[in-house]
Amino acid sequence: MKPAPFVHHAPRTVGEAAAVLGQVGHDGKVLAGGQSLVPILNMRLAAPAHLVDINGVEGLDGIVVGDEAVRVGALVRHAALARSEEAYAALPLLRQATLNVAHPAIRNRGTTVGSIAHADPAGEMPAVLALCDGVVEAVSTRGTREIGWQDFFAGPLETTLSIDELAVAVRFGRFPAGTHTAFRESARRHGDYALAGVGVRVTVADGVVTEARASFVSVTDVPSVLDLGPVLAGTEPGSTAWGVAVDAAAQAVRDHVQPESDIHATSDYRRMLVGELTRRVLDESALAAEGDR
Amino acid sequence: MTTQMFGAPIRRKEDPRLVSGGGRYLDDLGHDALAAAFVRSPHAHARIVEIDAADAVDVEGVVGIYVHEDLPGRVGEPLPLLIPHPTLTHGRTGHALARDEVNHVGEAVVMVVATDRYVAEDACQRIRVTYEQLPPVVGIEAARDGVRLVHDDVPGNVAAHMLQEVGDVDAALAASPHTLTLELDIERSACTPMEGRGVYARWDDERGELRLWSSTQTSTGVRAAVAAKLDLPLAKVECIAPDVGGGFGVKIVHPWPEEVLVPWAARLLGQPVKFTEDRREHFVSAAHERGQLQTVTIGFDDDGRLLALDVKLWHDNGAYTPYGIIVPIITSTQLLGPYKPGAYRCEFWSLYTNTVLVTPYRGAGRPQGCFAMERAMDAIADELALDRTEVRSRNFILPSEMPYDHGLLFQDGRPLKYDSGDFPASLAKIKALVGWDDFAAYRATAEAEGRRVGLGIGCYVEGTGVGPYEGGHIQIETSGRVNVSTGLTSQGQGHETVFAQIVADELGVRLEDVHVTTGDSRKMAYAVGTFASRAAVMSGSAIALAARKVRTKALRIAADALEVSPQDLEIVEGTVRVKGAPATSMSLGTVSVLSNPLRYAFDEAAQAATQFAGTFDPDKPPVADDDEPGLEGRDFYSPTQATFANGMHAAIVETDPVTAEIRILRYCVVHDCGTMINPMIVEGQVHGGVAQGVGGALYERMAYDESGQLLNASFMDFLVPYASEVPTIETDHLETPSPLNPLGIKGAGEAGCIPVSAVIASAIEDAEGFPITRMPISPNDLWELRRRHAAGEIPSLHRATRTAPKETTA
Repeated sequence: MKPAPFVHHAPRTVGEAAAVLGQVGHDGKVLAGGQSLVPILNMRLAAPAHLVDINGVEGLDGIVVGDEAVRVGALVRHAALARSEEAYAALPLLRQATLNVAHPAIRNRGTTVGSIAHADPAGEMPAVLALCDGVVEAVSTRGTREIGWQDFFAGPLETTLSIDELAVAVRFGRFPAGTHTAFRESARRHGDYALAGVGVRVTVADGVVTEARASFVSVTDVPSVLDLGPVLAGTEPGSTAWGVAVDAAAQAVRDHVQPESDIHATSDYRRMLVGELTRRVLDESALAAEGDR
Repeated sequence: MTTQMFGAPIRRKEDPRLVSGGGRYLDDLGHDALAAAFVRSPHAHARIVEIDAADAVDVEGVVGIYVHEDLPGRVGEPLPLLIPHPTLTHGRTGHALARDEVNHVGEAVVMVVATDRYVAEDACQRIRVTYEQLPPVVGIEAARDGVRLVHDDVPGNVAAHMLQEVGDVDAALAASPHTLTLELDIERSACTPMEGRGVYARWDDERGELRLWSSTQTSTGVRAAVAAKLDLPLAKVECIAPDVGGGFGVKIVHPWPEEVLVPWAARLLGQPVKFTEDRREHFVSAAHERGQLQTVTIGFDDDGRLLALDVKLWHDNGAYTPYGIIVPIITSTQLLGPYKPGAYRCEFWSLYTNTVLVTPYRGAGRPQGCFAMERAMDAIADELALDRTEVRSRNFILPSEMPYDHGLLFQDGRPLKYDSGDFPASLAKIKALVGWDDFAAYRATAEAEGRRVGLGIGCYVEGTGVGPYEGGHIQIETSGRVNVSTGLTSQGQGHETVFAQIVADELGVRLEDVHVTTGDSRKMAYAVGTFASRAAVMSGSAIALAARKVRTKALRIAADALEVSPQDLEIVEGTVRVKGAPATSMSLGTVSVLSNPLRYAFDEAAQAATQFAGTFDPDKPPVADDDEPGLEGRDFYSPTQATFANGMHAAIVETDPVTAEIRILRYCVVHDCGTMINPMIVEGQVHGGVAQGVGGALYERMAYDESGQLLNASFMDFLVPYASEVPTIETDHLETPSPLNPLGIKGAGEAGCIPVSAVIASAIEDAEGFPITRMPISPNDLWELRRRHAAGEIPSLHRATRTAPKETTA
């Protein structure tokens, strides 16, 4: 479990990093928190000839809360995002989800942007980016571009980032007033990759649901958002109608997801599980909505 | 008086060093050593056609590349079959490097020695091995079918077939008012110590000597095995176990291929060589345990008393049998637990499969046996609508029946004879601890909240402290420092502390003056090893006996010097003094000075000891004919049989009515390991054992696919429970001394893990209302069982466990 030889690059600026990525092309890999990459290197499942270590790059560790979005830089660790009171006030979902990312030691090193760029179907933050209608900011020597989440995830562990591009930040879109979120997952052990997970955003106006969406962990190939508006809109959280609608929402989720079987759980079990988790997060959001009144 | 140390819950002497980074583990040694890495078989069963290392030899830093053909003489011969047995008619062992054929994924094929491990792995990647694949045998059913063979010359894949019978089981079954048959299944797990295997060797060419460090549970065993393999006189081989980061059984196996190859390469190359196993290697090239299929047939009367017990076991021993058939022998004898089985027959088949070999893992066959017996006890209770503890109680061996001889042969070839134990008292304690009689009310409350809970119990007896022997050596320096040595090794059990406690009391010295060394063949060449919960019993007893010898000698020398009778002396805090007249005294250091007449005075203490100092009798020699210089003593302890510890566990679990997630709400342990040297260390051992038991019950399994690939060979996918999965463990103790050893102690190391699968199965069954016959069990497994139960494929228990059974939604 020792990595194959590689050249270690330590750029100090985004420009330098982009220049190195431009030079090494297919042989290069960006190292940020390293929580997925380093084990992969050690097991020689990947052997890039160049590692572009961005940990010394200036200006990538900021969390900026704006009116429209929360912008998270490429060196912001999961732990920092979870701790940020400003980010939590603007978008509670960020903390709700981040605390489900592995264990404290991993959250202390692993980065939120790195997790999104890794595009693991079991990752929490890609699902959150989707639910927040988020955007990835990418820089290369060719310039800067913004990639909407729908265009970013190309498949399991695959994104549309070009080989010479560095994801410098992501922006999580903020929700309209009256929106309540909840996030839950179920793992074999505390902090493991989830067997299934779900996040929901439910917007309530004048006591009834106006919008509701869900996104998922471990049960879809790429992040996907299911619009639960058709089943939940118009119901009053906590009411009898709500209960019926939640059942329908759970069914809609079970129909929507495409879980795969592995050694930890079958697709049938995961499908059941994500349906039940949906029920529970919706009820959680309903409690929060009722608390508003 | 000196404070009594034996029995005191004192903190471990070794912990400040170990928890502050002061430990010296195998990979902390030999920074100048070359590194070994291995090309291992990617196939479960294949013939080696060709090995092409041409691309690897040019890698800068490669020192040597070796295949089986390169291994001379005994190095290339099969590894030893350590524990032969008359019924092990088809024992097979592998080679240090595979010759012609590989029999499991992970078997070593090529060794690369290079300047460091990175380079060695680079070279390994460039070596091309061509294989001709053979049909693999994976899983017990495939092995039992015998259609495909692991070894061409082993028909039916049967390594061993053993049968022991006491009484006439067929007749007793025929005469039983009730009979039941249970089909049970336990999956594989493994020790997975934090530190994997490792070996480091230095060859001294000038002296023709080998010094060897191994992360082992038996340094004397490794020493002898390596000397034999390398054709070296034993006197030219030293073996030291440094700090060892856990063993749990896997490190008692020896010599591992690497333990032969690394010293061989060190001698060949004239340079130190080291191998440090990585985690993936540990999963595929060390050892596993547990996998068994069981058929248990019981006959019992209307009161639930066993009249006949007929057990058939199919034991998966993996690709080879270097450690013999210890595990199934233990299962077949120890499954009896605290019970009288009536007529008893146990027949087992130990079967080859193309998987990692199977050797003892903490519990060593007992968890499987306990599972069989305790499932049977619960089945009787359910059949007769009796309380589960009542059925157990009616089948107990009573204190008045001790010692109790089962009429069977145990793993050491000696009679299975329980020395002591009070099972009714243990049962009363566990019922009180878990609140057995109040559970119905607890369940009613939980059900009212929509929660599903169950209560489970499991009992076991564990033969501990098996022979043949261990030794202790104690020497007191002129400073008063007490050096204690025993040959068996330590893997974190707290030996430095408990052995020091014994010596402190026996000699009357301060704990901090006692310094314990374990596992160093230079200090104590005669030893067996640390396994079978034997260290405290065996080395503890030997050290106590050695201490008594030293004490006798110290009193004799001091009595001469103080001109009193030895009977009038006592030793308190390192000072020998006259009882009732403590001013007349001398320190043990001074006694040590007197014990060794010197010719040369190199310091003040030595000056006092020269043969010219003080007065002496010119007619007597400086050392008497029947005496030896030095204040030291050595003794050995060798018991006629094992001593039997026991315990009872109970747990309350909650299962999610929808998702089938399983949570242990309470876990209670009553444990009897005789007289406790240090209750805090006993509890720590119990806690660690329960944690591993929880792993075996709910999380850990070896996910082999049909081609023999291990799909979860990492800590990402092999689910060792974290602290977050291990419940708070509530313990209570009973101390029934063993009559067999001078201290009355019994072993405690393995106890915690033995009944956990049985207990959790019992509790889940109680929560769900249908039988649990296969462990471990995951939420997914339980959910599937619920579906099958709902479809009528699995019968309900006879008793109503839930007052208002709700069917699973979704």
